[in-house]
Amino acid sequence: MQQTQPTIAYDYTPSTLDVEKLLRTGDFLGCLQCGMCAGSCPLGYAMNYTPRKIILNTRAGNLNKILVDPSVWLCISCYTCSSRCPKKIELTDLLWPALRDRALQEGFQPPTELQDAFEKIYKYGNSLGGSPRKRMDWAAGLDFPIANLAKDPHPVDVLWIVECFPSYYPRNQIVAREFARMLNILEIDWGVLGHKEKCLGDCDRLYGEEGLFETLVENNIELLHDYQFNTILVIDPHAFRALNRFYPLFGATFPAEHYATFLAKRLGPLQPFLKKPIPAKVTYHDNCCIGRRCQCYEPPRQLLQAISGIELVEMERNRDNALCCGGGGGGMWLDGHITKHGGHRLSDERVKQAAASGADILAVSCPYELSRFEDSIKVAGLESRLKVRDLIELLAESMDIQEGGKS
Amino acid sequence: MKIVTTIRQLPDLIEPLVIDASGKSLDYGEARFLVNEYDDHALEQAVLLKEQHGASITVVALDFGDVNDALYTAAAKGVDRIIKIPYEEKKPPFPRAAAEIFAGVIRDLQPDLILAGVQSYEEWDGSFTPLLAHALQLPYVGLIQGVECSGEQSITAFKEFPGAAKARMTIRLPAVLGILAASHPPRYVPISRVRAAMKSAHFEEIAAAPPSIAPKIQLEKLYAPVTGARAEMIDGSESEIASRIVQLLTEKGVLK
Repeated sequence: MQQTQPTIAYDYTPSTLDVEKLLRTGDFLGCLQCGMCAGSCPLGYAMNYTPRKIILNTRAGNLNKILVDPSVWLCISCYTCSSRCPKKIELTDLLWPALRDRALQEGFQPPTELQDAFEKIYKYGNSLGGSPRKRMDWAAGLDFPIANLAKDPHPVDVLWIVECFPSYYPRNQIVAREFARMLNILEIDWGVLGHKEKCLGDCDRLYGEEGLFETLVENNIELLHDYQFNTILVIDPHAFRALNRFYPLFGATFPAEHYATFLAKRLGPLQPFLKKPIPAKVTYHDNCCIGRRCQCYEPPRQLLQAISGIELVEMERNRDNALCCGGGGGGMWLDGHITKHGGHRLSDERVKQAAASGADILAVSCPYELSRFEDSIKVAGLESRLKVRDLIELLAESMDIQEGGKS
Repeated sequence: MKIVTTIRQLPDLIEPLVIDASGKSLDYGEARFLVNEYDDHALEQAVLLKEQHGASITVVALDFGDVNDALYTAAAKGVDRIIKIPYEEKKPPFPRAAAEIFAGVIRDLQPDLILAGVQSYEEWDGSFTPLLAHALQLPYVGLIQGVECSGEQSITAFKEFPGAAKARMTIRLPAVLGILAASHPPRYVPISRVRAAMKSAHFEEIAAAPPSIAPKIQLEKLYAPVTGARAEMIDGSESEIASRIVQLLTEKGVLK
């Protein structure tokens, strides 16, 4: 890729990140150069600069060599390096965003597929480039009204931030509708922000677009302060991570919950509705944000085990050791770059691991994974053996409220 | 070298276009706007020339649509001067009027080189960029794909012709170029820079005399395309549509 050095029009100091300063602080001073990060990284084999080498070379004054390297755009924020680092250095949350922010500030262009996603998020508030006016299209066909707080502001117990994929992507819209039915059955007092909702922005931060993330955070904080609610509920683990970890850095602490823990806490009221057995072997893919980062391994499994007929089987790599789907932290928009430099997508590898577990169904709890894994299943020729279902879809089927009517 | 680029705002096709009560115009109040993509290339070409050879860049735009967003982005790319032309109308000027308005401001700037997008999808009464050159009484070359400096008083421009022929031409300045594509695709500017520009960029306002001309073509009616008799619109679910496409391709002998 040809790199063009742009005119520096304005001095800009990122509010939170400066890679050289970062490496002179606290935990980073303790890097042992042991290489655990490089050996653990699922794309480490494709990186000229792994976290260990980034730390070493930046200290040696070679930052400019790193910034032009494709490695900068290979991390998919799976948190494996951070979780295994013997010194517990926050490589995923701090090192990579700081490095990418510097690359962007120096004028090095990110891969075009990622630029496109950034531009759509900035302009339309969602990475899919959907019209903001069509944010409620997912709800078309539901046979009950939804409390759209943008049109009728009133206090609710639970504010569901539907997020981009469930709002716009047809495969995920199905899940969103089923979840809406589920919330009603559980008699939750809930509402949504309608066309006022915008991307929460976790992936933008992890991909170094700090300015875009700050813009989204400021918009969202201002918006959320206009409404009264007790909890924010999200389907997207990245959104949960953003609210939980990064929004407080901007002085905004909103109680947030991912749907897996939200539903697992309500298994008592939910259980009587889980009437229909699903006779299948199911394996659960621990997504990186809820799993490795937040150590939430049991609630999704409790939900699956509450459905009669389901036999839960584990993949060899599960829980802390689960392999990433490759879509996190911006990876969703970098398949071309990652395939070019890494040779394959991690989702292609993960579906083979799921098939090897003997499972008929690969259960997921992140909106990115449905399309990623369904695509990879086709690539791997596993269509007749393995299906991908969101936890919500399996629960909805057992409750007989699944899309397509009762069976 | 003094370079001027123009920015035109167009309705973003992400939203459905709404035709107003007159039936002769879009309802621009309902529109969302974006920068004409060829103007974006013209700006990129100007910034590349500045980086490679040194130049001052002035961006000129009508105060219409979401123009401030476009101008902050231009500021973040490193332009030197930004001029907004006050504009009160609810719809954009037709191309010949636009050329007259822009020329009124650009003439006094006495630029060496004017780079403007070669076309936009809203032109119906002639093409803006050659009309701008005409209004400025300057030479014009269109469909340019890449510009280089070749001296104080001239530039080298590239243009493709049918039959895989490419021309390299030396153009004496001052001149107006209709840009089809910059030498490199328009760059991504980090939003942090756009935000910094929002705090520090200064927009000058320079008024232009109202256009003295009326459109030579009367627009009678604006309407959505009507499905022709020979077109088959395929309705149904995704799988039904896909099956019908496969059936058609098989019938036509494309698929075997």
